[in-house]
Amino acid sequence: MKRKMSKAQKDEAKWAYLFVTPTILGLLILNFYPIFNTIYQSFFKTGDFGRGNIFNGVANYTKLMSDGAIWQAFWNTIKYAIIEVPFGVVIALILAVFLNKKLAGTSVYRTIFFLPMVCAPAAVAMVWKWLYNTQFGLINNIFHTKIEWISNPSIAWISIGIIGVWSIIGYNMVLFISGLQEIPGDYYEAAMIDGATGIKQFFYITIPLLSPTTFFIVQTRLIGALTVFDLMFMVMDKTNRALNKVQSVVYLFYQYSFTNGDKGTGAALVVMLLIFIMILTVILQQIEKKYVYHN
Amino acid sequence: MDSYEKKQRLNKILIYVILTIMAFIMLVPFAWMILTALKTNQEAISVNPFYIFPQNGWHWSNFATVWKSYNFITLYKNTLLMIFFRVVCACLTATMAGYAFGRLNFPGKKALFSLVLIQMMVPAQIFIIPQYLMISKLGMLNTQFGLVFPGIVTAFGTYLLKTGYEGLPKDLEEAAGIDGCHTGQKFLRIMMPLTRSSMVSLGIFTAVFAFKDLMWPMIVCTKAETTTLSAALAKMQGQYSSDYPAMMAAATLAVLPMVVIYVIFQKQFVEGIATSGGKL
Repeated sequence: MKRKMSKAQKDEAKWAYLFVTPTILGLLILNFYPIFNTIYQSFFKTGDFGRGNIFNGVANYTKLMSDGAIWQAFWNTIKYAIIEVPFGVVIALILAVFLNKKLAGTSVYRTIFFLPMVCAPAAVAMVWKWLYNTQFGLINNIFHTKIEWISNPSIAWISIGIIGVWSIIGYNMVLFISGLQEIPGDYYEAAMIDGATGIKQFFYITIPLLSPTTFFIVQTRLIGALTVFDLMFMVMDKTNRALNKVQSVVYLFYQYSFTNGDKGTGAALVVMLLIFIMILTVILQQIEKKYVYHN
Repeated sequence: MDSYEKKQRLNKILIYVILTIMAFIMLVPFAWMILTALKTNQEAISVNPFYIFPQNGWHWSNFATVWKSYNFITLYKNTLLMIFFRVVCACLTATMAGYAFGRLNFPGKKALFSLVLIQMMVPAQIFIIPQYLMISKLGMLNTQFGLVFPGIVTAFGTYLLKTGYEGLPKDLEEAAGIDGCHTGQKFLRIMMPLTRSSMVSLGIFTAVFAFKDLMWPMIVCTKAETTTLSAALAKMQGQYSSDYPAMMAAATLAVLPMVVIYVIFQKQFVEGIATSGGKL
C-alpha cells in the first residue's frame, strides 16, 4: 500500500533522513555491527598475532560452562546485586522521603548524598580499599578490630557491596525525590483528615504511588549491578585470596579479552551475560505488568 | 493538640539525626582521603598511636610527587578533551535525530527508532571487543579519537531529546510554516533553542559518565601520557601500592575538578542527572 507523498511531505522526509543519518550510521557501526561481530567471534578461537581466527564451534561456550570460575563469577555478580540493589533502594527511599519534607537545610544534605555520583569509581574504590586496610585502615583502627574486610573470602563480597551501596544511594535518592514530587499533595491531605499518620501514609500512599519510580530504579540498578566492574578491578589485587569469591562476570570478561588476549572466550562470556540480562528483562517486564501501579 | 505538636517536633529531630548520621557516613571517605593525602607515610601507617590528623603540619609534598610523576596536567587535558568532544558529539547528533524522531514524519521512522531502543536495552560490554578492534585496525590506539570513539553517537541521548521535542506545543511549527521557513530553518531557529534544558541534561549526563568510565580508556589508551584520570589511577595503584598518602593525593587530584564543578552547579547537576537518568 504505497501512498504518493505531497511535495511538502517529501521535503519533510528528506530533512528527517538528513537529521537521523549521523545517529543511525553511528549506531550501525558502533553498536549493531559489534553485537553481531561479538556473537560471531564467540565461535572462534582467537588467533595469535598476525594469524587469523580459527572456527571452533561452541568450544568457547563448552569451555566456559565447564569452568567453575565462570559460575562462581555469575554467583558473585548476583550476590553483589543482592546487596547493592535492595539496600541502595531502601536507604535511598527513606532519605528521599525525609528530604521531601521541606525541612530547612535539605539542599545541603542532598548535595552531600549525591557527591559520590560525580566521583570516578576508580578513585572511590581506592579510598575504600584504604579504609578497609586490615592493618592501617581507619575502620579497623576506630573499632579496634582486625577484620580482613577485602581479603577474607567469606566477607569480601559484602565489603565490595557496601562500596556499591555507598556510591549509588545519592543517585537513587534523586530519582525518588523527583518521583515523590509527582504525587499530588491532596492524597496526603485526605489521609490526614481520615487520621492516617506518617507511617500509614508512607505504606498506603507513598509506596503504591511511587511504584513506577521504584520499579524503574530497581530495573536499571539491577542491570547496572550485573555489569559491575570498576569496584572489583580497583579493590581486589591479583594476589588477593578472596578474588575468585568476588570477581564479577565483566571482570572476567576483561581478563579474558584484554589481559589474556583471548577475545573468543571473552566474547562467549559476554554473550552469556547478554542472554542472562535479556531473560531477566523479560521477567521484570512481566512483574511490572502485574504489580506496578499505573493510573 | 499539645502532644501532637510535641510528637511532630520529636519526629523532626529524629529525621535530622538520621540525615546527619548518613551525611557523616557519606563524608568520612572523602575526609579520610584528604587527611591521608596530607600525612607522611609514617603517620599514615602508624597504628599505635593511630593518628586521625597529620602530626607535623600538612604534608603537601605528596601532591607534588604524584603531580610530577604522573603528569597530571596531561591527564586533566586528556580527560577534559574527551569529555568535551563526547558532549559536543552527543548533543549535536542527538538533537538532530531527536527532532526528526519527535516531530517529523518519514517512511521507516518506527524501524529506525527501534534501533535506538534496542541499543539501550543491550549491556554496553557487548560492543567493546569489536570497538577496540576497529580502533586498533585504524591505528588509533593511544589517541584522543580512540577515547571519544564509542561516544560519537548516543541512543540514550536521542531518546531523551525525542521526548524533549515531543513535549513542545504543536502550533509552533505551524506558525513558522506560514512564514515560509523550511524544515531546517524551523529546527535551527525555533525548535532547537526550546529544548535547551534537555540538551543541558544530556550534556551533564554525558560528561559525568565519560569522566567515570574506566574500562574503555584502560583498553585503548594504555600509555600514561594519552590516558584519562580514571585509567591513570589504576596504573598508579600498581606503582604506589604501599605509599598510601601518594595514592590518596592522586585520588584527591582525580576527583577534585568534578567535585568543585558539581558544588558550583549542583542544581543543574542534580536536575540534569535526575531528568535524564529518570528516562533511561
